[in-house]
Amino acid sequence: MELAGAIITLIGSIFLFLGALGLLRMPDIFNRMQAGTKATTLGSILFLTGSAMAHAECTCTGKIVILILFIIFTNPLSSHALARAAHFIGIPLAKKTVKDDLAEDEKKEEGGQL
Amino acid sequence: MIKIQIKIKTYTESGAMKRFKHTVLLFLFLVLLWALLTPHNMQEIWAGVAVSALVALFTLRMDPVLGDLKLTPKSFLYLLIYIFVFIKELVISNLDVARRVVDPKLPIKPGIVKVKTKLNSRIGRTILANSITLTPGTLTVDIKDEYLYIHWIEIKHDDLEGATKDIVQKFEKYLEVIFG
Repeated sequence: MELAGAIITLIGSIFLFLGALGLLRMPDIFNRMQAGTKATTLGSILFLTGSAMAHAECTCTGKIVILILFIIFTNPLSSHALARAAHFIGIPLAKKTVKDDLAEDEKKEEGGQL
Repeated sequence: MIKIQIKIKTYTESGAMKRFKHTVLLFLFLVLLWALLTPHNMQEIWAGVAVSALVALFTLRMDPVLGDLKLTPKSFLYLLIYIFVFIKELVISNLDVARRVVDPKLPIKPGIVKVKTKLNSRIGRTILANSITLTPGTLTVDIKDEYLYIHWIEIKHDDLEGATKDIVQKFEKYLEVIFG
């Protein structure tokens, strides 16, 4: 049980590491957010599950379930808020970007108001 | 207490029903949360039940967001399936992003696309947006009414219909039954 917990914790930390690598390698804020959000969510979940399995003698399993639930609910919310704010203040997208529907629609709305 | 009851009566029948459902669900959820936090003795659990009831009553004047949940056997079944679909997508999305990150060529083709959702309830849309953020290569940037703006790491479809089919529909068919 302890070994299985340790292995799961290790896999979780590998995902966290890849997330950090993604932050460095991606070209703009939105792509970085992609790497950051997904990798940290699964990484933290695996990490917590692994710790719960490795320390089965403590009565913290319930608390870890709560932690995982909160991570699942709040992680995407915070990245959504960041992405929305970033787009709102007009942080430029990477050169590779193909299209931007949101900016087009915002322009249309402004045109309609004038 | 009396004040709260008067307030309920002024709402329409379905509104009061929604409010009631929201309060009961919130109460059960809070009790469950407390039970997970403190598994020590009965006294603590009863104190938690009392506080949960108080909190649930206080939220009567707030928006009944949980009232949109449908409580039928079918929706419970779909909720279970949804959780499995969600976990599957979460793992796929992580492997997908990990592959892109370690690839020396950095194979991305990002852009922001617009998709449309059929869901009407706000909690349904919230959960849809959150699920989209945690699935392969997509990140919700903004929501305007029934349109979601999504940052896609590798655009496969340029049009609204194609993107909607690819991103939204795998979750929507379950959430539609659960939340309406």
